[in-house]
Amino acid sequence: MTEYEAVVGLECHVELSTATKMFCGCRNEFGGEPNTRTCPVCLGHPGTLPVPNREAVERTMKIALALDGEVAPRSLFHRKNYFYPDMPKNYQISQYDLPIATGGHLDIDVDGETRRIAMNRVHLEEDTGKTIHASTTGRIAEAEYALEDYNRAGVPLVEVVSEPEMRSPEEARAYLQELRALLEALGVSDVRMEEGSLRCDANVSVRPAGASELGTKVEIKNMNSIRSVERAVRFEVDRQREALGRGEPLVQETRHWDEDRGVTSSLRSKEEAFDYRYFPEPDLPPMEPDEEWISKLRAELPELPAARRRRFVESLDVTPEQARILTSAPVWADLFEETVEAAGQPGRAVANWFTQTLVPQVPADHAAGKADAIVEVLRLVADGEISSTAGKEVLVEAVGTGRPPSEVVEERGLKQITDLGGVIDDVIAENPGPVEQFREGKEGVVGFLVGQVMKKTGGAANPQEAQRRLRERLSS
Amino acid sequence: MPVEIDVDHVARLARLALTDEERERFRAQLGVILEAAERVREVAAEDVPPTAQPVPQTNVFRNDDDPWESLPQEEALAGAPEAEDGRFKVPRIIEAE
Amino acid sequence: MTELCDLPGHELARMYRAGEATAADAVESCLRRIEAVDGRVEAFLRVTADDARERARAIDERFVAAEDLPPAAGIPLALKDVLCTRGVTTTCGSRILESYVPPYDCTPWARLGEAGAVLLGKTNCDEFAMGSSNENSAFGPVHNPWDLETVPGGSSGGSAAAVAAGEAVWALGTDTGGSVRQPAALCGVVGFKPTYGLISRYGLIAFASSLDTVGTFTRGVRDAATLVSAIAGKDRLDATSLLTEPRDLADGLDGGVAGMRIGVVREWLGEGVEPGVKAAVEAAIERLGRLGATFEDAALPHADFALSAYYILAPAECSSNLARYDGVRYGHRAADAVDVIDLNSRTRGEGFGDEVKRRIMLGTYALSAGYYEAYYGQAQKVRTLVIRDFEAAYERFDLLLGPTSPTTAFRIGEKAGDPLAMYLSDIFTIPSNLAGNPSISVPCGLDEKGLPVGLQLLGRHLDEATVLRAAHALEQDLGLTARPPLVEEAA
Repeated sequence: MTEYEAVVGLECHVELSTATKMFCGCRNEFGGEPNTRTCPVCLGHPGTLPVPNREAVERTMKIALALDGEVAPRSLFHRKNYFYPDMPKNYQISQYDLPIATGGHLDIDVDGETRRIAMNRVHLEEDTGKTIHASTTGRIAEAEYALEDYNRAGVPLVEVVSEPEMRSPEEARAYLQELRALLEALGVSDVRMEEGSLRCDANVSVRPAGASELGTKVEIKNMNSIRSVERAVRFEVDRQREALGRGEPLVQETRHWDEDRGVTSSLRSKEEAFDYRYFPEPDLPPMEPDEEWISKLRAELPELPAARRRRFVESLDVTPEQARILTSAPVWADLFEETVEAAGQPGRAVANWFTQTLVPQVPADHAAGKADAIVEVLRLVADGEISSTAGKEVLVEAVGTGRPPSEVVEERGLKQITDLGGVIDDVIAENPGPVEQFREGKEGVVGFLVGQVMKKTGGAANPQEAQRRLRERLSS
Repeated sequence: MPVEIDVDHVARLARLALTDEERERFRAQLGVILEAAERVREVAAEDVPPTAQPVPQTNVFRNDDDPWESLPQEEALAGAPEAEDGRFKVPRIIEAE
Repeated sequence: MTELCDLPGHELARMYRAGEATAADAVESCLRRIEAVDGRVEAFLRVTADDARERARAIDERFVAAEDLPPAAGIPLALKDVLCTRGVTTTCGSRILESYVPPYDCTPWARLGEAGAVLLGKTNCDEFAMGSSNENSAFGPVHNPWDLETVPGGSSGGSAAAVAAGEAVWALGTDTGGSVRQPAALCGVVGFKPTYGLISRYGLIAFASSLDTVGTFTRGVRDAATLVSAIAGKDRLDATSLLTEPRDLADGLDGGVAGMRIGVVREWLGEGVEPGVKAAVEAAIERLGRLGATFEDAALPHADFALSAYYILAPAECSSNLARYDGVRYGHRAADAVDVIDLNSRTRGEGFGDEVKRRIMLGTYALSAGYYEAYYGQAQKVRTLVIRDFEAAYERFDLLLGPTSPTTAFRIGEKAGDPLAMYLSDIFTIPSNLAGNPSISVPCGLDEKGLPVGLQLLGRHLDEATVLRAAHALEQDLGLTARPPLVEEAA
């Protein structure tokens, strides 16, 4: 029974969040009425010419530098020629054998183990328009016609290609999470898979464990989330293992991931591979970045997630797992640092508020800018004004909606009674019997008395505090 | 010797519908033209770098912070032979080369 | 009395400022000439008379107000129909763009319009600028005003004929393999192709991107200098346009040729060149010698291979540039397509003519898997060698010289059935498209049939001034006055 190991490579497309498109000045925004952000250039009108967006080129170089890749001293745009209605020129301006950068690596953590995934290249191209397949039944296979919206045509797209070095669906997931966090830290893209600003295709093959030759490669498309990628890779690896186990040959093909059914299926197989007839784009001069330009961009790189995690662990007393969650988005990492500084509490404890409560329950973009609220809630809990359970509830509500924590506490009656003296005196006075029993040594009766305190305060008292005070009074 | 070209393959790649007559006529003509064009292969040029642009330049760019006005939807669609719901309409797309 | 439409632009400019004529007068003169002769010449696809009259009226008001206007103000001109004009149908001589109305102006026209020039209309051309005789237009051939049974040359045949016949004072064309210079030679006018990148290509409907160059048709070298100066200069919409100092190329035009070292490309005066052409060129060489230029033979060893390289590079780029014509966003669309492949294929099958289809297929083949290195890659290397040939020649010479075309105007239909024979018309002009250096065709006499011969002068990159100075000196010395018989009748 041959053991097969999985060999996975990921090809990601990243839509840059520049202000304008790659080769024209149309605004680069998400959504909007169809064909309202086009011009003669991005519509491919006769006679129009492309002029490259410097910011897009710089962001591409930064991505490469952040991945420790090598920025080429000379790179070219090439034309990739094929006919498809979502491409106004019926060629895509892309890059071929002289991309902006090659090499580099991304370190990923799976189950406490760090693995270095080598990168193949980072290149820049233009995005296509969006196609809607229209039919009376709503199924693509029965589409009668299609409609094209070119708002997205010409948006700058960076292609980040890894070497086929991932060995499991979990590694694929970890890679995507880390890449996403890195891109977000760089501020170059919205990286929202659900909106299409981060897209991923997977190349999956299997081979006998320990072999060096690659098996038949299958490309998988149509995965719309990181979870989809993990599921699709898992399915495909199993499918290939099973097929080989049965002695069936594998076909080099492109397969479509069906999220609902949880399977990959063959697209109509092509007899021949696409012949893109690549040639250097004659309308665009070569790019030759000099050392000065590259150094300037390198100096502008922010602290990347890996470095930030190290610093959190080393200087802020945070565990590696907490650090991983905190750096999953720059918003959380920034808020955490602000909170630790302002609240003056141990890093680990502050981190727990994030990892256990905030991150799982509040969308990152709602949390942005709410450091003050977080600090306030932590203070309320530390001072004993509210219980820590109440604190979690208040935190989620205040950070999620923007309402002041004190308002939430007030509205929900979450304030703990800390001045228990009067209540305790009352309870002692009203319950002479149990009090007598306690003084005679019957421990268990404390619970009843605490209960009475809770009842009198409508549950608002801090039970530990109540017990402490009762014991104090009763032993005096 | 005129070069033999697979006219059908080339016409399909180039999305050109040809009549039988055209196919035959072009096959002959293209073969003759290519034979003349093949003369480039007589030139010894192994160590010669290729030229893509006659007057060399590098690093020509546009500023990102300089957006321009896009066309209004009606103008974008003005030349469209067929349109629906603000989009360009095409017959069904089948996945093939 | 010379009709205003037959005068050079610089003379009209003088008359406008002296109050001796108005732009409206000049435009009417051109429109009358168009009416009289274009039924036979067929240079124009579209005449924008109302717009022309309106522009003339507006510029005349500014002359009256004694505004200081640029030299192009009020000059009536025509544009080859591969140059986009906003709101005015632009067809490229093709059925596939028969009703295409561009939503924008090409930069050269935008600059001329801004300067107050007047657009008379769009001229006929070989379909998508592919051809050397203007017989490849979907809308009929153009007839050479010197002999209506002959071709005006191509692909900018309409622009050349319009200027030769006095239908327009200036015209713009495009030159990818000789398509301004060769028709200029055949029509007896000045055709100038400046350095690649000097004039913006934005709005020039692309045929071969690394070769296409906007060029000028005028009845005199001074006008060529003025017209190029009016439109040259960096355009932020064209990444291949060059950053240059603005200059008036008409300055220093009268500098003469004393001391100029001119290289005669001897291979270009050998077999295959008509005797009438050879005689006129050699007489011009003698003239320039008497004016003080020195001559030696120059060699361009790889010019012989330039034609072959061109017929790989140009079709390759064109196969990609013309892919956008697919019936989806603009232009012709085939009816009742069953799927998008059928739509694309039948649209293009119906919309494109034979020469365009041939070149698209040639180009597709040359770029396709397995053939790239042998054809396209090799042709790019030959291009490098041609450039090096020029660089070596310009170490010894200020200018190179030869005939523009191996023949004078040939009969309509004579070469139409033989693509290879047609391609040979461009054998002397193609090298400067591969190398991108400036080159002019200036009339240097008539052959025994009374048909015009053009002399070609080729200069260094961005040395338009030397090319123009030499052409001007020759022109002034020749003092040619012959005009097409058609014009003699109509004037």
